[in-house]
Amino acid sequence: MANKTIQGTNRKISLNTRNTVVGLSFILPNFIGFALFTLGPVVFSFILSFMKWDGFTEMTFAGLKNFQKIFGDKKFLESLGHTFYFAFFTVLFSMTAALALALLLNRKVKFVNFFRSSIFFPYVASVVAISCVWKAMFMENGGVINSALQMIGFAEDMLPGWIASTKWAMPAVIIVSVWRNMGYFMIIYLAALQDIPTSLYEAAEIDGASKWQQFVRITFPMLTPSHFFVFMMLTINSFKTFDMIFLMTEGGPGTATQLLSMYIYNKAFISWDYGVTSAASMILFLIVATITVLQFRVEKKFNDFM
Amino acid sequence: MIEKKQSAFTRTAIYVLLIVLTTITLLPLVWMFSASLKLDSEVFTVPIKWLPETFHWENYPKVWEKIDFATFSFNSIKLTVIITIIQVITCSFAAYGFSKCNFRGRDTLFLCYVGTIAIPWQTYMLPQYSLMRTLGGVDTHWGYIALQAFSAFGVFLLRQFYQGIPNELLEAARIDGLSEYGIYARIVLPLAKPALTTLTIFTFVTIWNDFMGPMIYINTESLKTIPLGIRMFLGQYSTSYELIMAASVMSLLPVFALYIPCQRFFVQGVATSGLKG
Repeated sequence: MANKTIQGTNRKISLNTRNTVVGLSFILPNFIGFALFTLGPVVFSFILSFMKWDGFTEMTFAGLKNFQKIFGDKKFLESLGHTFYFAFFTVLFSMTAALALALLLNRKVKFVNFFRSSIFFPYVASVVAISCVWKAMFMENGGVINSALQMIGFAEDMLPGWIASTKWAMPAVIIVSVWRNMGYFMIIYLAALQDIPTSLYEAAEIDGASKWQQFVRITFPMLTPSHFFVFMMLTINSFKTFDMIFLMTEGGPGTATQLLSMYIYNKAFISWDYGVTSAASMILFLIVATITVLQFRVEKKFNDFM
Repeated sequence: MIEKKQSAFTRTAIYVLLIVLTTITLLPLVWMFSASLKLDSEVFTVPIKWLPETFHWENYPKVWEKIDFATFSFNSIKLTVIITIIQVITCSFAAYGFSKCNFRGRDTLFLCYVGTIAIPWQTYMLPQYSLMRTLGGVDTHWGYIALQAFSAFGVFLLRQFYQGIPNELLEAARIDGLSEYGIYARIVLPLAKPALTTLTIFTFVTIWNDFMGPMIYINTESLKTIPLGIRMFLGQYSTSYELIMAASVMSLLPVFALYIPCQRFFVQGVATSGLKG
């Protein structure tokens, strides 16, 4: 009897080991690359933010000096402000546009697929190509947008300078960003809309609820998980945005569209200041992590409440 | 949603609205195409001319003469194909381990994967760069391939899908004596075709369009990709917007050609990433 148990345990251990070996063998090919080129650098970046290093000579411990440096840097604070400005409006308008488009396209109309895929296409189009087009369209003189504004009656001296003006460059890149994002998040909303049980609408219909009431009382609250998800994804995406702005304005004019991501890029590949780069990176990471955690917290609370 | 019979007026209004919105969305792309067929002097005329006087198709061959577009295209195709293949293979493998094999530490490991999806690349691109410099991979194709080939997102996407495959099916195969590798190859892979297609398309488009990666890692002209080529145009011939637009149109063509027949998979990929919400 005792013998049998021991044998059983042995077999169990060996089965466990075998399972682990087999499981790891599936994961390993991907994990080696992932650990080396993603996980390792992430950890290294964290360490570097407390170090002084130029990439070649010996590393020295710097404590919080790098953080003191960036918070004393006017350019850093400015880029932080720009990032929040950019993110706030990009998230607000993209969410609104995505939801509106999803509601509009969640019905049986002819060519619905054509409409949906046309609106989604900007998201898969090459960022270099679309940045070049929008740059050309935003030209102050002769650009499509100002020509159109002129046609509908704007006086010439009232036309915005778009990417050539410090005041209008940010709205210009926000417009492009919303244009790019809305199709993607429209699809997420569409998928969620299709999951709302039709019986809810039927009941509302019987109770005599208007279309607007149905939207406010049924559709909008039923989409709550999607609102959270879309909000989080959009916020993270906005904080990551780099190439489109780099290609359209290079952070200019002056520093008008310099975002945190671009500040990090400049510190990294132009000044080669490892410590400051990593400290600024940590701030970016902390912002994104805070948003993610908050999002989950709020969503959880909300679900418990429901 | 069940639609009651709408009045002819509402229906027409919806169509008009949809057509207007779609037109506005597509306008930049239409303008791109139209500008690519114009003369230099026609690009920025007021009022806008949507149709060029004559179609200057010769702008397209001109792009190939002015910059080494053939080399850039070759590099783009090469990198995209290699990275897509490695990524689909390693991700589908890893996703099986994460969803169908049971062992200790699996979920912790997976948490590491998911955690990094949300981390912006900018936060670790400098340490990554210095690592790559140490390994001698900066300004080489293999270095860029190594960076892009192991995506956490791909593992996440496929794992989502694999979890929908019933375990009873796998259990039955195990009883019949099939090894885990056999189950992966003979049962899971055939069932996962739609998800694999989605990942293939997503990777293809991401790498084909990638600008920041090649910009940071590749300096030698003969190694550059199409997005970098267009960017060179923007610097060197910033007045000839018709050529920049022609190059842009060409860079969009493969994605467009893929998009038309495979929309379903694009949509599915987006919807899956949103499922967890």
